Amino acid sequence: MTALFFRDIRLSFRAGGGAMLALAFFASVAALVPLGIGPDLKLLARIAGGVLWIAAALSALLSLDRLFQADFEDGSLDLIALAPQSLEVAAATKIAAHWLTTGLPLTVLSPLLGLLFGLPPQAYPALVLSLLLGTPAISAIGAVGASLTLSIRRGGLILPLIVLPLLSPAVIFGAGAVLAVLDGLSNGALGLLAAFSLVAVVLAPFACAAGVRLNLAG
Amino acid sequence: MLRYANPKRFMDLSGAALPWLAGAAAIFLVAGFYLGFAAPPDYQQGDTVKIMFVHVPAAWVAMMAYGLMALSAAVGLIYRHPLADAAAKAAAPLGALFTALALVTGSLWGKPMWGAWWVWDGRLTSFLILLLIYLGYIALWNAIEDETRAARATAILALVGAVNLPIIEFSVRWWTTLHQGESILRPGGPSISAVFLWPLFAMALGYTLLFFSLWIVRIRTEILERRARSLMLGLS
Repeated sequence: MTALFFRDIRLSFRAGGGAMLALAFFASVAALVPLGIGPDLKLLARIAGGVLWIAAALSALLSLDRLFQADFEDGSLDLIALAPQSLEVAAATKIAAHWLTTGLPLTVLSPLLGLLFGLPPQAYPALVLSLLLGTPAISAIGAVGASLTLSIRRGGLILPLIVLPLLSPAVIFGAGAVLAVLDGLSNGALGLLAAFSLVAVVLAPFACAAGVRLNLAG
Repeated sequence: MLRYANPKRFMDLSGAALPWLAGAAAIFLVAGFYLGFAAPPDYQQGDTVKIMFVHVPAAWVAMMAYGLMALSAAVGLIYRHPLADAAAKAAAPLGALFTALALVTGSLWGKPMWGAWWVWDGRLTSFLILLLIYLGYIALWNAIEDETRAARATAILALVGAVNLPIIEFSVRWWTTLHQGESILRPGGPSISAVFLWPLFAMALGYTLLFFSLWIVRIRTEILERRARSLMLGLS
């Protein structure tokens, strides 16, 4: 499984891999929003958390449709399924590799983009922490969608439709955590986000493995 | 239960039950509409309170439909039974329809009451997300060509949604209290008196029976379609 883990990470950084593309997409969505809204820093600071959270969810989806599909097409998914380790472990490994190559870089880049939005200094810890806690949930739930759509030719179009509504709690708690700091309120957003993320990360591998199995059985 | 799960037996039984169900639905709906129009206007909301009779039952049935869909999906996934798959598939568009009906009537009710077609109220928002989940489910059914594979994949999606829906409901409620506080009027006023309760009750029964009638019609159509398809395959 460590071999699978490092293979997935290497692949996502090679040409055609999604890691750098997702990061660039994240930055360009975040850069486009002020162009649409106007350069009012006060307004931008308020919406920064929400915008960065939505951009993170979208850019993670960008690379998700290939998570299982590429392996499905070249047959390596069959070999992974035949391996002595259970498919659940393999799914968890792939989710971890996906998070490490999209969620984590996005989190690292987010303070820089927060700066462009004029986010006040006290909100940075909440922004980074919320992305750090919440992006694993995006990878996990997104991977379930990816496993269900892996045999569909245009799966990339249908994936966001089934995954985005399921991600709404993560966006609500993540953006809410940043907003709460701006308003000087204390609320349990980060705790709730961590709980949501934990449940998603624990349960998703099982759903993923079931999704992969049904698509290999045909 | 599995005794009745034979498609042939299901077709016989449902064919016999359908006229009664549909008839009962019609009776309760007519009675509900009559009682609803006969009900006096509310002292605060006036005649607009009567939107409640078409709105609230639609929301109830929309939620019930998801529960039944997820249940059918689970049965289909566990027992690999084609009838359960057909039931889950047939429930989705109906659920989406009732969700849309609840949203539209809620919006029509919200305009005179809250002064806006749409407010980001907890219930409205969670129903919008419910509608999106229904649409995603239907889209996934249509996207996968292989029938059994589509049934398995959508069943997993339905179950993931069933786990996630209470969390979404909770998060949306948490979100609206963060943003808006208690400024939103609760629809229906402080308490419901008997004059409003009876038509609501009749309409709820009528909607539920209507849902079951339509559900059975759709399952029957699905079974007949499959039979027709296998006949065609046999001929070619």
